[in-house]
Amino acid sequence: MSAPVSPIRTPLVEGHKSYHDITNDLVAATERTPSKTWLVAFLISVSVLTVGIFCILWTIWHGIGTWNLNRTIGWGWDITNFVWWIGIGHAGTLISAILLLFRQKWRTGVNRAAEAMTIFAVMCAGLFPLIHMGRIWMAMFIFPYPNTRGPLWPNFNSPLLWDVFAISTYFTVSLLFWYTGLVPDFATVRDRAKGFRRKIYNFLSFGWTGSAKHWQRWEALSLVLAGIATPLVLSVHTIVSFDFATSVIPGWHTTIFPPYFVAGAIFSGFAMVQTLMIITRKILKIEEYITLEHIESMNKVIVATGMIVGVAYLTELFISWYSGYIYEQFAFFNRALGPYYWSYFGMMFCNVVSPLFFFSKKLRRNIPFTFFMSILINIGMWFERFVIIATTLARDYLPSSWSFYVPTWVEIGIYVGTFGLFFTLYLLFVRVAPVVAIAEIKSILKTSGDQYVGPNAIHHDDHDHDSHGHDIHEHEDHDPHKVGASAGAQHSHQATETSSTTATTTASSGSATVTQDDLTKIEGIGPVIQGILKDAGIFTFTALNKSSVEDLQRILDSSDRSTGGNNPESWPTQAKLAAEGLWDELDQLKDKLDGGKFA
Amino acid sequence: MTIRDKKVIYGLYDDEQDLLKAVKAANKDHLDILDVFSPFPVHGLDPLLGLEESRLHIAGFIYGALGTLTAFLGMTWIFTRDWPIVFGGKPHWSVPAFIPITFETTVLFASIGMVVTFYVICGLGPGVTNPTLDDRLTDDKFAIAFDAGHIDSGAAESFFARTGASEVNTKIL
Repeated sequence: MSAPVSPIRTPLVEGHKSYHDITNDLVAATERTPSKTWLVAFLISVSVLTVGIFCILWTIWHGIGTWNLNRTIGWGWDITNFVWWIGIGHAGTLISAILLLFRQKWRTGVNRAAEAMTIFAVMCAGLFPLIHMGRIWMAMFIFPYPNTRGPLWPNFNSPLLWDVFAISTYFTVSLLFWYTGLVPDFATVRDRAKGFRRKIYNFLSFGWTGSAKHWQRWEALSLVLAGIATPLVLSVHTIVSFDFATSVIPGWHTTIFPPYFVAGAIFSGFAMVQTLMIITRKILKIEEYITLEHIESMNKVIVATGMIVGVAYLTELFISWYSGYIYEQFAFFNRALGPYYWSYFGMMFCNVVSPLFFFSKKLRRNIPFTFFMSILINIGMWFERFVIIATTLARDYLPSSWSFYVPTWVEIGIYVGTFGLFFTLYLLFVRVAPVVAIAEIKSILKTSGDQYVGPNAIHHDDHDHDSHGHDIHEHEDHDPHKVGASAGAQHSHQATETSSTTATTTASSGSATVTQDDLTKIEGIGPVIQGILKDAGIFTFTALNKSSVEDLQRILDSSDRSTGGNNPESWPTQAKLAAEGLWDELDQLKDKLDGGKFA
Repeated sequence: MTIRDKKVIYGLYDDEQDLLKAVKAANKDHLDILDVFSPFPVHGLDPLLGLEESRLHIAGFIYGALGTLTAFLGMTWIFTRDWPIVFGGKPHWSVPAFIPITFETTVLFASIGMVVTFYVICGLGPGVTNPTLDDRLTDDKFAIAFDAGHIDSGAAESFFARTGASEVNTKIL
């Protein structure tokens, strides 16, 4: 097929893939027997998880006293790890929701894995507040349900309870969003499978058939879920930051926390996506789907959010000095030059200085360097939370209560254990589900496959390409198959007569050179509507004249661009005059019209 | 739409462009398409099939509004009627403090409600097995299906031949 896409665009799917190749490549990982690498990685993860479970059981059995928390330092590694994991869990929904709304096509390569990562990270995060409660068997007390204790309700004014709602909502919505995206891909796996495996995937795919109406609803659902998940992502870390910001602890009680935490969360989330994707693409050999372009795009997000975080750090410092409040000033002096100075400078270096390297395009596209940076950023973001939580609490108002905090082996064990949980789940996910969203990659193939765009594109239908050339530049998110199809539609009677019954040759049928008229000469049609009409196969005045008003209205209604309530009732009449070259008569008619409507 | 207990005649196409062209041709010939199947959402197909825009978002709005009311009225009732407690001298009905939970519950209700509605109206769900026409329809083939009871098989076959279908089959679902 032709390539009516801007040649400037960089391809997102490499290797001249056909639809069938995409299915083969992306389902392959779930079909082969586990490799040795996978088995070793899985065994290590499970062992680490076992250590974590042991430490959690130890904590529950002996109590929180096994941690080095004390009266001054009420929150230590536990809440540090909680905030860190929650932050990591921000990239997935950001990628799949916000980038969907912004129509960023590179989203399709990484959204599945990033969302899985989000879900697993939130699971790791949720663990910490639960065990921090001490008596985990009473964890259900945090939920407001009619109970026999009064009923006694939780305190809805408390940010800690807001957290409960924010995180459980975030987890649920992410899970639903992720699974709904997985359903069509599970159907793809099902239809290749045999026997018991087929039964399992039949269950997982919910009976998906790929019917047109189902796809339409599926897209509507994805879009609305993306729309409501977008403020949700921003709300979660905002509410986490309220845990600190609504308190009266110097160094915590600041209004900058919500945006600062959200930017930091996206920053660390993308770093973790990079860490995982760089390994995953290599091991699963899906470098053609998660390309250098994807890695560079994510590095751009990292450098942008890293700068926001840097500005927030400096603003905090300035405000503490400018406030003239000695406790606030001391809190920041203590962070930078107190006993935990190394964590402060570690944070500053990893989060503010090191991302600046990504201003170099060469380094943004350097995979080993990106991998190294992603680890560095995650260390830096862990330090940030440690600085905010532990070092601030260690030296509070009363010097007599000052203390120094080091974690016990139990706390370290639980933190390490969450990595075990995270990687165990991720490795299982890689085996069971396609890591890259198959259906979504197929739907962007014709706009982003390297046989259609970029330096390796094959222009075997150049005349077709030229004829639609200017059309494309007007419409950014243009689907080329629409144009191709509409060109075909306009000549449908010719195309259908000439095309052979063996469908292999139909790809280029109907791509005869199309003459185009300037439809904006018609009153009521502007450049946007002209684009919509051309998408629908109406290129000429003659074609417009032959269209019925109902059809035109349907074309306008089905477009996702705003058409501002235009009424096409006079267009065929106007087009008739234009087609016959009766410009004076057309002008006379236009005088009588009111915005394209019959007055 | 789930097709059951029907004899279906269907043609397979290799490319979504061919599919769109064929659907247009079918509309022109006034052939009644039973359903179209594809491995990914084909843009521009819905208006050709005369599918109305999904009303899921309206359902989503209603579920969301329900969540807003549940959370806000629930907290109001609990803190002003059921068990009024003074927290730090703040009023019982402290509206700003209710906003975060109200927002989260709105989102939670809207998304759970919409997702459940989606699966129910599509007839999908855990344990559901819907008959499919061809295993390649989730891979790289696109199908147009006609109800064999409503179309002359000769007409259907000539339509598929004319529009470049790579295969034509009949199946009882």
